[in-house]
Amino acid sequence: MLASMFVGYVGLAAMGAICLIIGVVALLLSKILGPRRPTRVKQLPYECGVELIQSSARERYSIHFYLVAILFILFDLETVFLFPWAATMRYGVDPNAAMLRSVLLTEVLLFVGVLAVGLFYVWKRRGLEWD
Amino acid sequence: MTEFVLTPGMIGFAATILKALFVIGMALQIVPGCIYFERKIAAYVQHRIGPNRVNFTIGTLRYLMPESMRDVIPEGLARVKLIPGSLQPLADAIKLAFKEEVIPEKADKLLYNLGPMLTFIPVGTALCFLPFGATLIVPDANLFGIEIQRTVIEMSVSNVVPGMLMLLAVSSLGVYGIACGGWGSGSKYPLMAAVRAAAQMVSYEVPLGIAFLIALASVGSLDGQEIVRNQAETWHGFGWLVFRQPLAALIFLVAMFAENNRLPFDLPEAEPELVGGYHTEYTGLKFAIFFLGEYCAMILMCGLFTTLFLGGWSLGPIEPVEVFGSTIEPLITAEGGILNVLLSVAVFTVKMLSVLLLQLWIRWTLPRFRYDQLMDLGWKVLTPLALANLAITAILISKFPNFTFFA
Repeated sequence: MLASMFVGYVGLAAMGAICLIIGVVALLLSKILGPRRPTRVKQLPYECGVELIQSSARERYSIHFYLVAILFILFDLETVFLFPWAATMRYGVDPNAAMLRSVLLTEVLLFVGVLAVGLFYVWKRRGLEWD
Repeated sequence: MTEFVLTPGMIGFAATILKALFVIGMALQIVPGCIYFERKIAAYVQHRIGPNRVNFTIGTLRYLMPESMRDVIPEGLARVKLIPGSLQPLADAIKLAFKEEVIPEKADKLLYNLGPMLTFIPVGTALCFLPFGATLIVPDANLFGIEIQRTVIEMSVSNVVPGMLMLLAVSSLGVYGIACGGWGSGSKYPLMAAVRAAAQMVSYEVPLGIAFLIALASVGSLDGQEIVRNQAETWHGFGWLVFRQPLAALIFLVAMFAENNRLPFDLPEAEPELVGGYHTEYTGLKFAIFFLGEYCAMILMCGLFTTLFLGGWSLGPIEPVEVFGSTIEPLITAEGGILNVLLSVAVFTVKMLSVLLLQLWIRWTLPRFRYDQLMDLGWKVLTPLALANLAITAILISKFPNFTFFA
């Protein structure tokens, strides 16, 4: 029984293996096929044809990107929680059980409401502004 | 003599491997075609001709013939080109393969090499969850002394119950590749582009995910085949979710463009600001793998849009329906023999390529957004709209279980 649950994932493994092989072969081919004539200038990071201005590229950048990442984690995780509801709501619930449907509806509306309030809060706190 | 028996397990395993090879082969076939058409469409939009030199001529066919028959083709006819420029992507690929591999000295070697792989592998792997055809039934048979047992083969490489959720999860990993590549290059422009790309892709993942959720809730399943069947069983075969949930379809379409970093949302590749994008420091086949990953993502998203909103492989009803007293036989049924499956795969391919064509076409029609406009559209327009649509859908589903429009 347990084995039959995972039979479908054989395809995932096969596909992953094929893609991995394609990727590795391409990386190896690019090592083997091309010529190799490194020069000092060629190895420098690209800088619009002038001398390198900074020694490291990893300098500071806008904090907004972190904010977006954090917001993404909040909102996307919460949408993932809604997937089981989406899968069962229409046909998984007895159509005659009006009471159960109402309870589920209330819960989902509460959940979406909290999401909407959160979005509104971030919006008002100017978390979504780019300047 | 003991008879050799092919059990459903054995047939299923062989079929899974064959389907995996078929899907990845199709994807690798569509990518060069896609590049060719992209360049051609760009050329026609801009009143140019586009690639028209590298191609077969009718004379090329001579080499396939026996030597004595080569004179059958007259010299004038031999110079006629077959699809001018069609071999350009192949020529480009060969050229890229023989280019020198330059690794910038500031690069982090591991991340630099992982970048292209991590963009291509998740997206290519996620293709396995797309249901690309109707179910194939292999009947009980006895072929040359080999006994074949009845087998049901679903036409998606990995047929699992939470398939659509898995697809979203696996394909989202592609962001890591872009981030790795940009950071690992050790150069400012790729880093900036990678940060932009990551922020853009995660931002649009929220409306994309909610639009996805609306479609799944309307159907009530996470199984790709079930989603297609549901669309074909509603409204006499044309209950496609693009008609039932037009707003969700529009949100999905817009978010799809942003996810794929396509114009009008191709900020990560804005040449005037960022030179080339996150692959500025990449050469040769590594660059090609980045490109491959990008186009595979387009194919994946177009396939997903087809499955979710355009009725997948179905064309009209999948079981006999009665309209005005007369019964209409279905063109494609949900289960059947090899002919039925081939037809359904063809229908799916045509639908997917139409969405792909739309993507290429829009690229050359709309100008690029500014970054703040992009973020505003994602967070302040699409996300609230999607949330509102989700709430309305939830109410309609639970109050009117048999209602299909907007629910």
